[in-house]
Amino acid sequence: MTAPNPNDLLDVDPLMMDVLLDHYKHPHNFGALPGADIVHAEGNPSCGDQMEIALKTKDGTIEDIRFQGKGCIISQAAASILTDMMKGERLDRVRELTKDDMLENIGIPIGPMRLKCALLALKVLKAGVYGQAEWPGEEDD
Amino acid sequence: MSESLLRTVPAEGFDVARVRMDFPILQRRIHDHPLVYLDNAATTQRPLQMVEAMNRYYLEYNANIHRAIHTLGYESTVAYEEAHKKVARFINARSWREILFVRNATEALNLVAMTWGKANLRAGDEVVVSLMEHHSNIVPWQMLRDSLGIILKFIPVTSDGVLDLEAADRLITPKTKLVGLVHASNVLGAINPVSEIRDLARRAGALFVLDGAQSVPHMAVDVQALDCDFFAASGHKMLGPTGIGFLYGKKSLLQTMPPFLTGGDMIATVSQEASTWNELPWKFEAGTSAVAEGIGLGAAVDYLTTLGMDNIYQYEKELGDYALQRLRNVSGLKLYGHERGESLAVFSFNLEGIHPHDGANALDRFGIAVRSGHHCAQPLMNRLGMDNTLRASFYLYNTKAEVDLLVDALGEIKKLFRA
Repeated sequence: MTAPNPNDLLDVDPLMMDVLLDHYKHPHNFGALPGADIVHAEGNPSCGDQMEIALKTKDGTIEDIRFQGKGCIISQAAASILTDMMKGERLDRVRELTKDDMLENIGIPIGPMRLKCALLALKVLKAGVYGQAEWPGEEDD
Repeated sequence: MSESLLRTVPAEGFDVARVRMDFPILQRRIHDHPLVYLDNAATTQRPLQMVEAMNRYYLEYNANIHRAIHTLGYESTVAYEEAHKKVARFINARSWREILFVRNATEALNLVAMTWGKANLRAGDEVVVSLMEHHSNIVPWQMLRDSLGIILKFIPVTSDGVLDLEAADRLITPKTKLVGLVHASNVLGAINPVSEIRDLARRAGALFVLDGAQSVPHMAVDVQALDCDFFAASGHKMLGPTGIGFLYGKKSLLQTMPPFLTGGDMIATVSQEASTWNELPWKFEAGTSAVAEGIGLGAAVDYLTTLGMDNIYQYEKELGDYALQRLRNVSGLKLYGHERGESLAVFSFNLEGIHPHDGANALDRFGIAVRSGHHCAQPLMNRLGMDNTLRASFYLYNTKAEVDLLVDALGEIKKLFRA
């Protein structure tokens, strides 16, 4: 009956928690991006939070990337981490990125109740670059 | 069936320790803490007596209702009708035929919109609801706005979280054909001034619909005294099963309304050309009913009746006053509503610097179940400048000790999140 709760924020390694809290309180690449050529926003239907990601690209490379919006520790840290990962990368890399890549880089176990939070930034990025059809959904079919 | 260890009748009067014994789930431990269940506005826990009543139906007299001539069919039909009668007595309806069993309050409100609304509303007619409504009393009217061209208006909410009655007076006019109101808010706990709004509706010659999903579990409801035309509620928010709720409607209205879903059991005669409708309430209960759930709802009503709704209200009032005083003293906690008028023990709040999802996640770590989100009331949330909140909602089995556990846990969480 008492299944372990895998989305238990407080069970994570305290060092990892500190990393996430730092991303939450001092997010990287946060704010508007003047002169962006791709801007896309999506909501997290489970809580109503909105996130926007903006990219400035040149010759198929992501020159700059920023995000803004309000959200929980997990969604904000994920966006901070994802934008760090993508800055300076080829734009094609957006298509290659998988949900597992995102979860791995967040670095803590993410349970089913928080999956939408963890994958919101990736969803906004993929939908912004390639359109909604590129987003397979958070859960497996 | 063997006589179980269960007491089939709860204690007389109100003794919370005895009440808690009827809810085995409250003995669960979550992450090595005793479960503190404070998500009652979403759904309540269920007493043994209710579960046992459903079991007895399935194990002892299971049969389809209204059709069979055999003994089991007779027993199930009587039990299912009796459940309607229990609900009718519980809310003081004139007749049990005014009680329609539906899936939940959402379906009850959709039934009103899709039957009475479609038959009686024309383009330009006005429906007025409040900004405090649950989405279930907004979206059905928006659908009629889009299909029939009716006009939907909202009674505003003041910044301190109560209905703006002066605005209601201006908004409800002879053009208004129906006024819909949430009896008690699932976000703020506010108990709305029913008689004032009803009088405005009557003055305009409009029907008056109450969404009682949050009120009827916690306080005595008398639909004749409230003088509403319809009253909607959900069984699972009042100790009953999921998948069953009820709509009360005045008989004179129900008789003239077209049916909702059609097919089996709701007809009197069917020929190739036309059909005639069964008597109330069956005209509105097409197909095989949720018999076990209906019987379970009847048992939940028995349970509440035995404890006494006035006793329950008083107990929760004292508990809510205590919670309010403790929550107000938590630094960095922003509480919504509870400034004016009467309220149920439903508290929406935020902790500075902590997202509600994270807060609810962390409270669970302490065994405390609360809701986070927009609570299916986005227009109200927008009005009060709330994106998301935590919500602690209490019920008859909660205790002051649990309030203390909540407040202690909030303190711990602030430390953990360095808020």
